[in-house]
Amino acid sequence: MALKGWKELPIGGVILEAGNAAEYRTGGWRAFRPVFGEAACIHCFQCWLFCPDSSILVDAENEKMMGFDLEHCKGCGICASVCPVNAKVRRQVGDKIPRDDPRLCIRMVEEGKAE
Amino acid sequence: MSKYEALTGDQAVATAMRQINPDVVAAYPITPQTETVEFFAEYVADGLVTTDFICVESEHSAMSACVGASAAGARVMTATSAQGLALMWEVVYIAASYRCPIVMSLVNRALSGPINIHCDHSDVMGMRDSGWIILFSENGQEAYDNVIQAVRIAEHPDVLLPVVVCQDGFITSHAMERVEVYDDDAVKAFVGTYKPLYPLLDVDNPKTYGPLDFYDYYYEHKRQQVEAMEHALPVILEVAKEFNRKFGRNYGLFEPYRLDDAEVAVVVTNSTAGTAKVVVDDLRAQGLKVGLLKPRVFRPFPAKELADALRHLKAVAVMDRSIAFGSMNNAGPLFLELLAALSLHDVRIPMADYVFGLGGRDIKPSEIETVYRDMLRAAETGKVERLVTYLSVRE
Ligand code: SF4
Ligand code: SF4
Repeated sequence: MALKGWKELPIGGVILEAGNAAEYRTGGWRAFRPVFGEAACIHCFQCWLFCPDSSILVDAENEKMMGFDLEHCKGCGICASVCPVNAKVRRQVGDKIPRDDPRLCIRMVEEGKAE
Repeated sequence: MSKYEALTGDQAVATAMRQINPDVVAAYPITPQTETVEFFAEYVADGLVTTDFICVESEHSAMSACVGASAAGARVMTATSAQGLALMWEVVYIAASYRCPIVMSLVNRALSGPINIHCDHSDVMGMRDSGWIILFSENGQEAYDNVIQAVRIAEHPDVLLPVVVCQDGFITSHAMERVEVYDDDAVKAFVGTYKPLYPLLDVDNPKTYGPLDFYDYYYEHKRQQVEAMEHALPVILEVAKEFNRKFGRNYGLFEPYRLDDAEVAVVVTNSTAGTAKVVVDDLRAQGLKVGLLKPRVFRPFPAKELADALRHLKAVAVMDRSIAFGSMNNAGPLFLELLAALSLHDVRIPMADYVFGLGGRDIKPSEIETVYRDMLRAAETGKVERLVTYLSVRE
């Protein structure tokens, strides 16, 4: 996206195009990346509901959680915190398991680190 | 038909606000601005205005409500003093950077501490780099006139910046003077109807105020503020010209008083300029060629115009009602800026700064006279004895 000069921009930092946050790629801000453990998912959409960056991809017709929009996901980990499957896993195998434990439905993996 | 009324400075501002009838006023009472808010609240209660008056719980909220209302598309006003302004602080900058044409009446009062409720200019000088246009007023009449003009300046499409109109706490705000109050309709016609550029309430065209603005755009938005400030000077003059014609006044960027043939002059803002005029007349009666320059517009700073107006003099004294602590020689802000302006525009004359009146300390004609006498000596010798003097502070 070519950046506009001061003469072309609306004044006051006002954004005039609704929804143009989609053009702003914030994926590069991520320190941790969510990774989807599809097999365990119950497609409850809790992650979709809570993601502050609208970065949960869903197939609305078939009511399926599909993964993450990594161009925009900032890696906050809220999806992993609210996922009821993650809660169940922690309940069963213990609270102390790391955030990237492969048994979790959404695990948070350090960005740049091989899985 | 206009009429003459006996009004305090605070009431003069409240009267202007009544005539302007802004869409929203959000304010919190603080001495010595309190009367403005009290009077205005009365006008609201009596149905003399249709303004939504928001009684907020603090000045931080007052300025926040002003920014929100202004972004929504409303014509917005507020009033405060000293600590109130200090509490508004972060939102003062936001108002300017969101380009909200808010008009604020600031009744100048010394900033704490130690706590003090009387006049000096430490409050407004703190906001001098905040992006607001700053106007000074010698008396109630000028405060009234400046508030009316401020609406037009702030809302001008080439400007769209907030404007603060200053008057001296107690000295002006609580002194009752003769004020010519213009016809309500004439004032309404002068300020006209506000047509906001990006009103949030225009729901068919959704927009966002206050998004995150990083290294990729923030700088460009600051550059736009510079442009608006540059447009402000000609706009202030254009608005003044129309105002002068309609209401028979004589506003410009500053007021020269017996300056044309003067050899030395004092530069001083607000009510002390009135006192200094008396001193000028007295000294003129003794055959001394003294004059006065009273800045009206401090932001944007009319550097070239001031330099040209002072170019013919042999010495200039600035009287500062605040200190820029730790600045060069611990001088006052007006002096520092004027010194730079004169230097930039090749006016090489002896200059000195006189800090005075802090915390409401009275400034007497005899003290202003000593400033003139110092300058007359400097005009002869070609140099000042002291760069910065703290006038009438006890040793
Ligand atoms: S990590 Fe945060 S931003 Fe990324 S998908 Fe999960 S909730 Fe959304
Ligand atoms: S919250 Fe967990 S279980 Fe529910 S849809 Fe998201 S990933 Fe699947």
